[in-house]
Amino acid sequence: MNAARRVLPVDDAPLLEAERLALKVGERWLCCEFSLSLAAGECLVLLGPNGAGKTTLLHTLAGLREPTVGEVRIGGLPYAAWPALEAARFRGLLAQQQPDPFAASVLETVLVGRHPHLGRWGWEGPQDVAIARAALESVGLAGFEQRDVQTLSGGERQRVAIATLLTQAPRLFLLDEPLNHLDLHHQIAALDLFQRLVREDGAGRGSVLVLHDINLAARYADHIILLDGRGGVMAGDRDTVLRADLLSQAFGHPLRRIEHAGRAVFLPD
Amino acid sequence: MPAVALRGESRLSPAMRCRRSPLAIAAVLLSAAAMALLWALVAGELPVAATDVFAALAGEEGMGATVIRELRLPRALAAFACGGLLATAGALMQVLLRNPLADPYILGISGGAAVGALGAMVLGAAVFWVDVSAFAGALAAMLLVFGLAHGDGSWTQTRLLLTGVIVAAGCGAAVSLMLALAPDTRVMSMLFWMMGDASAASRPWPALAVLALALVAVMPFARDLNVLARGELTARALGVRVGHLRVALYVLASLLTATAVTLVGSVGFVGLVVPHLVRLALGNDQRVLIPAAALAGGTLLTLADTAARTVMAPQQLPVGVLTALIGVPVFLFLLSRSPRGTP
Repeated sequence: MNAARRVLPVDDAPLLEAERLALKVGERWLCCEFSLSLAAGECLVLLGPNGAGKTTLLHTLAGLREPTVGEVRIGGLPYAAWPALEAARFRGLLAQQQPDPFAASVLETVLVGRHPHLGRWGWEGPQDVAIARAALESVGLAGFEQRDVQTLSGGERQRVAIATLLTQAPRLFLLDEPLNHLDLHHQIAALDLFQRLVREDGAGRGSVLVLHDINLAARYADHIILLDGRGGVMAGDRDTVLRADLLSQAFGHPLRRIEHAGRAVFLPD
Repeated sequence: MPAVALRGESRLSPAMRCRRSPLAIAAVLLSAAAMALLWALVAGELPVAATDVFAALAGEEGMGATVIRELRLPRALAAFACGGLLATAGALMQVLLRNPLADPYILGISGGAAVGALGAMVLGAAVFWVDVSAFAGALAAMLLVFGLAHGDGSWTQTRLLLTGVIVAAGCGAAVSLMLALAPDTRVMSMLFWMMGDASAASRPWPALAVLALALVAVMPFARDLNVLARGELTARALGVRVGHLRVALYVLASLLTATAVTLVGSVGFVGLVVPHLVRLALGNDQRVLIPAAALAGGTLLTLADTAARTVMAPQQLPVGVLTALIGVPVFLFLLSRSPRGTP
């Protein structure tokens, strides 16, 4: 690849920063101005009711949407300063939907994640295949390489998408409802997997997750952004945002906070 | 891996088969193309031996040589170019619209060309002006669809598809109107134009050049197309410049279609089915699919055109009818063999 054009992230810059960010869709403000900063080793969870703008915010953080106000930076530089392929090696997105209009093997699908790592004329080599196979193994899909993605169950398809993201090997994982279609066992396995990757020493990784489950957010998040669906934003450390009163207000249903085995659990009344 | 066994593993992925030997695929397709072209030069009312064909191409004089050089060769090359152009355009449209049912005509390009060509025919224009008019009509349809679909800056697949289908329907109505109003003496040639007819194609080289240039232009971006087929959002996140790529795809596929339709008329079926045949046989890697579709499409149409002029000689059949007659059973056979039941 062309090393000459390589943009190196600014040393010691946070993985992800949003400065005075505000988003408007049509005539509706999804969130008022707020700022955030995510360092390596940290996990940020976006919470909020349906239609609050979690996905829109995530896409903005992924650089796929212009913020209405403010700026998003990854590795200390705004998206405009990143060549598209360079950015794709730094941050990766797990989209909410995985359309498969054409038949393709699982291995081929996962190898798509190598795209930003290959040159214009490059073909996936044995090394890329090894990376893809390792990714499939880490989501429990070893042996599925030759299966057609169109024959997979929803949960298996979701794990293929996660494996594709792992194959892309970005430093910043942006996950839109990564637990979609997954059963409980695979939900925890997926969250554990990303936690391990993010906590790994010296890897410099971080993650932003859109989740629906408040209790899983309480278990895995370092920081939380809570969108209340009316333009209000609560951003901060897990324990400052995960309060029963704030959550009840945002989700429109009373919640109760219970301490169990040293862990906060929220139950709907 | 009991789970895998229980669900019934589909056969070895075609794509993995082809990853093993792109060269073997190229060799098979190239020799098939060569055989088809050779047959097109040999077959006909004036029998010629295969050895004489090479002598004729080398510049030998004589009756047989003249027939081969002046009649059969341009026609065979025109059919080959047209088939290659349509199959390539179809493959590109299917990725652009991410719809396996897309074909080169779905966005109204051939409709525009037909309006242009038939309009010129109604007026009694010479062949050259019919061609010019067809190409102009195709470009007009392309710009119209693009302008309407692009209207507010966003252009989703659905919007592009609907705009194209409606423009195609409008063109179809205009064509029917012209057929109804045209003098009886011209209706037959108009119908033949619409079904596709390579007999009048005397200048195949520009079309072959367009096909070659298009392949050269597309191949560096073939892996981007693989990513685009996974959805716009994923493609953008993986660093593909989706906006530029889609406009380029649309313009390129439209130009290829316009060239093919101008050369031979709107031959049906090749553009829809050849990409599917190739996909069923070799998988959906665009780096293999696009050049393979170009070769296979050219081969299919060369065969169909040769059959069209020899099967019921001296009666000539419209080649578009033959492509459908050959293609439909082959496609249905492959589909029934396919483990998934969907192409």
